[in-house]
Amino acid sequence: MPDRIVVENLVKRFGTIEAVRGVSFSVRPREVFGFLGPNGAGKTTTIKMLATLLVPTSGKLYIEGLDVVRQRQEVRRIIGLVFQDPTLDDRLTAWENLMFHGLLYGLSQAETRRRAMPLLEMVGLADRANSLVRTYSGGMKRRLELVRGLIHTPKVLFLDEPTVGLDPQTRSQIWQHIQQLSHEHDTTVFVTTHYMDEAEHCERTAIMDHGQIVALDTPEHLKQLLGHEEIRLTVRKEALHERPRWEDRLGQRFSGSGPDLIFKTHDAGADVTRIVEVIGPSIQRIEIKRPTLEDVFLHLTGRQIREETVSAREAWREFGRRRMGR
Amino acid sequence: MIALRGIYVIWLRELLRFVREPARIVGMVAQPLLYLILVGNGLAHGFQFRGTGGVNYLAFMFPGIVAMSVLFTSVFSAMSIVWDREFGFLKEVLVSPVPRAAIAVGKALGGTTIAVVQGAVILILAPLVGISLRAGMYFGMLGVLALLALALNGLGILVASRMESMQGFQVVMNFLVMPLFFLSGALYPLKGMPTWLAALMQVDPVTYGVDALRHLVYAPGQILTALTQFSLATDLTVTLATAVLLITVSTLAFNRAKSA
Repeated sequence: MPDRIVVENLVKRFGTIEAVRGVSFSVRPREVFGFLGPNGAGKTTTIKMLATLLVPTSGKLYIEGLDVVRQRQEVRRIIGLVFQDPTLDDRLTAWENLMFHGLLYGLSQAETRRRAMPLLEMVGLADRANSLVRTYSGGMKRRLELVRGLIHTPKVLFLDEPTVGLDPQTRSQIWQHIQQLSHEHDTTVFVTTHYMDEAEHCERTAIMDHGQIVALDTPEHLKQLLGHEEIRLTVRKEALHERPRWEDRLGQRFSGSGPDLIFKTHDAGADVTRIVEVIGPSIQRIEIKRPTLEDVFLHLTGRQIREETVSAREAWREFGRRRMGR
Repeated sequence: MIALRGIYVIWLRELLRFVREPARIVGMVAQPLLYLILVGNGLAHGFQFRGTGGVNYLAFMFPGIVAMSVLFTSVFSAMSIVWDREFGFLKEVLVSPVPRAAIAVGKALGGTTIAVVQGAVILILAPLVGISLRAGMYFGMLGVLALLALALNGLGILVASRMESMQGFQVVMNFLVMPLFFLSGALYPLKGMPTWLAALMQVDPVTYGVDALRHLVYAPGQILTALTQFSLATDLTVTLATAVLLITVSTLAFNRAKSA
C-alpha cells in the first residue's frame, strides 16, 4: 500500500530562525505515528505545515498523493485536527458542536448523528451529548474533540499534544481511544507529544530535536539503539562460589558485586531462560531492566527532555484560557 | 456551496450564543437606557438647546442612541473574531474546507442580525421619549440599522484582521469607536457646528445612519429641516456604499490575515 503521508526535505524558517531543518519521513495507512521531542523542537511547526496551516519555506508534502501546498482545500477534506487548546464552543452543547462540524464538511444532520452516536458511546459521552460543553471536564472535552475529528472520516487525524494538562488516568484513557479508533476506521493517527511514556503507544516514533529528526523507528527498535538490556539478579550468598562456572556455561561475564549480578544482553527475553536453567534454585530474585525512551532520548541528544520556560505568548494563551473559562 | 454552508454555520452559531447569554440581552437594553435617562435628561434640563426646533432633547437624542447601540454591538461582536481565532471554535473552522471569506461574511451577518434585534427592542421604547411609533417607520428604521450594522461589522472585522491579540482593544475603543459615536450627530446636530467639527462629522459614516433615522422619525416640515443635514437618498446611498466597501475590504483583509 502506498504511504499516506510523504514528507521530503521539509524546511520552515521564521526570519533567521530555522524551526524545521530538512525533515523527511513517511507514514503508512492506519499507522499510529508519534512525533516526540521537547517543546520547541519543531513538532508543532511540522504538524501545522502538514495540516495546511503554515506554508513551508521549502520541501515537499503529500497526503494521499495530494500536494499539501497546492491542493490545500482538497487536503482539508481528508484530514482532521485536534489542537493543543480546545477549539470547542463551550456555550454550545456537544451535539451542536458536532452538528456544526458535520455541516462544515458537507454532512447532513442525520448523517452526522448516525456517525456521532457510536463514537460518543465509545468514549462514554453519549448521555452528555446535550449538555453545554462548559460543563465538561478537561478530559471530556478532549474525548469530544477526538470524536469531532473523526466525524468526517478523515484519512489522517492530527493530534497535537492531545493529553497535555490531563491527569494520568485520563491520559491513558485517551490513548486507549486513539488506538481503538485508528484500528476501527481507516485512519492514520499522527500525534505529537513530549511525554516519553506516551510515545510507547505509537507503532513508530520519530524523535525530533532542534528541528531535525534524530531517530525514527518502532519504540522497541529505538530502545535497542542503546545496545543493551540488563538482567539483574540476586543469588543466594552460599551459591556465589559457583559464579565462574555460571559464566563459563553462559559464555559471558556478569558485572556487579556480591550477590547482586548484572547480565548485559541484546535479547533479555531469551537470555533470562538460559540464566534460570544455569543457576536454577540459587536465584533469589530476577528482573529485566529495559531502557526507556527517556534513556534513548538522553543517548541521542545528550540532554533530558525539559519543560520549556513560559514564554510571553504562552502566558497570554493561559490568560485567554482562563478568561474563556476553559 | 461549501462557502454558503460555512456562512450559515458561523451565522447560526452567533445567534445560538447570543440567546444563551441572558446577561448580554439585559445589557443591550440597559446601556442605551442609561444614556437616555442619565445623559439625556441631564443635558435636556441643564442646557438651552438651540438647534432642536422645539423638539425635546430626548426625542432628538433617541435615534442617535439607537445607532450607538448598533455601533457598540457591531464592533465588539466583529472583534471577538480575534479571541475566537486564537482559542476558539474559529480555529476549527479555519482548518475545514470552508473558505476563509465565508467566515468573515458569516461573522458579519451574525453580528448584523444581533445588532438589528437589539435595535428592534430599543425602538419599542420610542413612545417613552415622545416619539409615536408607526409600523412603516419602525421597519424602515430597522432597514437603516441593518445597513449601518453591516458597515460597522465590516469595520470591526477589518480592524480585527490586523490585530494579533486583544491588547489593542482599548486603543480601538478610545480612538475609533468613541469618536465614531461622538461625531455621528447622535448627541448634537451637525448644523451650526464650527467648520472643522462639521468636516469631521461628515467623514463619519455613522452620521449618515443617524441622519437617515431622523428622516424617518420626524414628519416633513420645519423640524425635519432643522435637524437633518442631508437628503434621505444621500444618507442611504452613503450608508449602503460604506457597507459594501467595508464588507468587501474586511473579507479580503481577513483572507490575508495570519492564521493561528
